[in-house]
Amino acid sequence: MKPTFLDFEQPIAELENKIEELRFVQDDSVLDISEEIARLQKKSLELTKTLYAKLSPSQISQVARHPQRPYTLDYLRSIFTDFEELHGDRSFADDPAIVGGLARFNGQSVMVIGHQKGRDTKEKIYRNFGMPRPEGYRKALRLMKLAEKFGIPIMTFVDTPGAYPGIGAEERGQSEAIGRNLYEMARLRVPIICTIIGEGGSGGALAIAVGDQVNMLQYSTYSVISPEGCASILWKTAERASEAAEALGITANRLKTLGLIDRVVTEPVGGAHRDHAQMMNAMKRMLQEQLKDFANRPIEVLLKERFERLMSYGRYKEDAA
Amino acid sequence: MSWLNKLLPPKIKRDSRADKPSAVPEGLWSKCPACEAVLYYTDLESNLQVCPKCNHHHPLNARQRLDVLLDDEGRREIGAEVKPVDILKFKDGKRYPDRLAAAQSSTGEDDALVVMQGSIHSMPAVVAAFEFRFIGGSMGSVVGERFVRGVQAAIEAKAPFICVAASGGARMQEGLNSLMQMAKTSAALQLLTDHQLPFISVLTDPTMGGVSASFAFLGDVVIGEPGALIGFAGPRVIEQTVRETLPEGFQRSEFLLEKGAIDMIVDRRELKRKIAELVSILQKQAAVA
Repeated sequence: MKPTFLDFEQPIAELENKIEELRFVQDDSVLDISEEIARLQKKSLELTKTLYAKLSPSQISQVARHPQRPYTLDYLRSIFTDFEELHGDRSFADDPAIVGGLARFNGQSVMVIGHQKGRDTKEKIYRNFGMPRPEGYRKALRLMKLAEKFGIPIMTFVDTPGAYPGIGAEERGQSEAIGRNLYEMARLRVPIICTIIGEGGSGGALAIAVGDQVNMLQYSTYSVISPEGCASILWKTAERASEAAEALGITANRLKTLGLIDRVVTEPVGGAHRDHAQMMNAMKRMLQEQLKDFANRPIEVLLKERFERLMSYGRYKEDAA
Repeated sequence: MSWLNKLLPPKIKRDSRADKPSAVPEGLWSKCPACEAVLYYTDLESNLQVCPKCNHHHPLNARQRLDVLLDDEGRREIGAEVKPVDILKFKDGKRYPDRLAAAQSSTGEDDALVVMQGSIHSMPAVVAAFEFRFIGGSMGSVVGERFVRGVQAAIEAKAPFICVAASGGARMQEGLNSLMQMAKTSAALQLLTDHQLPFISVLTDPTMGGVSASFAFLGDVVIGEPGALIGFAGPRVIEQTVRETLPEGFQRSEFLLEKGAIDMIVDRRELKRKIAELVSILQKQAAVA
């Protein structure tokens, strides 16, 4: 797969092009230029490392939306086995923007639920760009209840620009569907591990992200509103999105410092899209460890801690009354 | 100050309409935006800000709302000690602390939710009311915490919890902390369920975004005020996304009732009695006197 470079990655793109050209020349050249290629490759890696070491929040939000970033189904195929996809909310439709079903993780039964984006235009439209309608959230809740009934732990993967703002979505109760999930997930009697793998877009993300553990990939984002949306409201122009991204504090490291997420998952150099296999390994190791940890703790303890954490959200000062 | 102004009860001067430049003398007359009837302010006030000509429900601020619902005696404010802070050092055109200060001085409130314990037709109750004039009634950390303390007070008093929403959604200036208030407030309702106490959710104009998509639709009974705009995404956002003209009455209470999203629409002048009635039936008590 030929990598797609983001605008701030142009210097890397140029180097990579050069390497590509040299490789092409090498085939019918008498001179040995492999040393030169190796040198350039090393330089490209170094450049990627330096660039990625100081990404701005708005650059991170570009990486989070990278077209080659691993999506939920990529994780499902790589680190789970025997995935049995389950469809539909039983009242209206199946929403392809959220996928879910039973699977095995190292042989252990789990329920996996996640937003799903599309790769090509056709699939993007089919997946509605990963923006769920109420039936998506209701399907998710149905599957979570099923997991609860059989005592199966839940893993969710969050990657959505947000819940879909459409006429039908409103008519069928988008608000109620999201609110209901928040309420139910607070007390679901099985462990819930949530991982933000790309875009954590507001309520549409939160609706499957209430749990015992909230992980975030290094270059994913989680925000109350998209930087573009925020900028167009506060500055009346979407062009100031990078300022908004800065102000909102949407990156994994910032949110970890603020105590709003539990763990930052390190991505391969240059982002998860550069090396899917390495990303999958890191994800698998982490989920393994967390699942084991939760399996050893009584559900009452987990529920108490989950609830206490929910109640602790927010910062305020308290005056002596 | 004219002799007329001196005659007016002090409440009228606090009204937001009085701040806006107007052709009519300050706060005395008001034009109904729905039917354009010119109304004498005292008439409007005695009619709970409902237009006597066309029944249009004018906005109420949080304290007016509490006055409509709660009995006069035995009130105690909950969570007033909880005050906002600037977590992110957020700055758009204005610094967040300046925005807070401006909202505080124009509304007289510290944040966008006022919670009061008291009684409704002599039945104990805790009522939370949103102050829409405070940064669009947006939900940040203080709103979430006061909501939870209201729920806890209701449990201690073995009383129902009533929330009257009027909000544009989550408070952007608090970043992800404000999103988490959706999870916090929704989860807190589990405590009411544990104690079998009713949660009555009243949705007024407007109830949108993060407030709409959290506790607002989780009421044991969900009531809409006539004509209120209620929805997840704002009409403008939807129009831009789907590139269609929205149907007439879209996202209004009447539309939501038809779609099955709310239980009933209640005229503001009937609201107190209606809530008392619902709560007493749910709690298996005798009819309200």
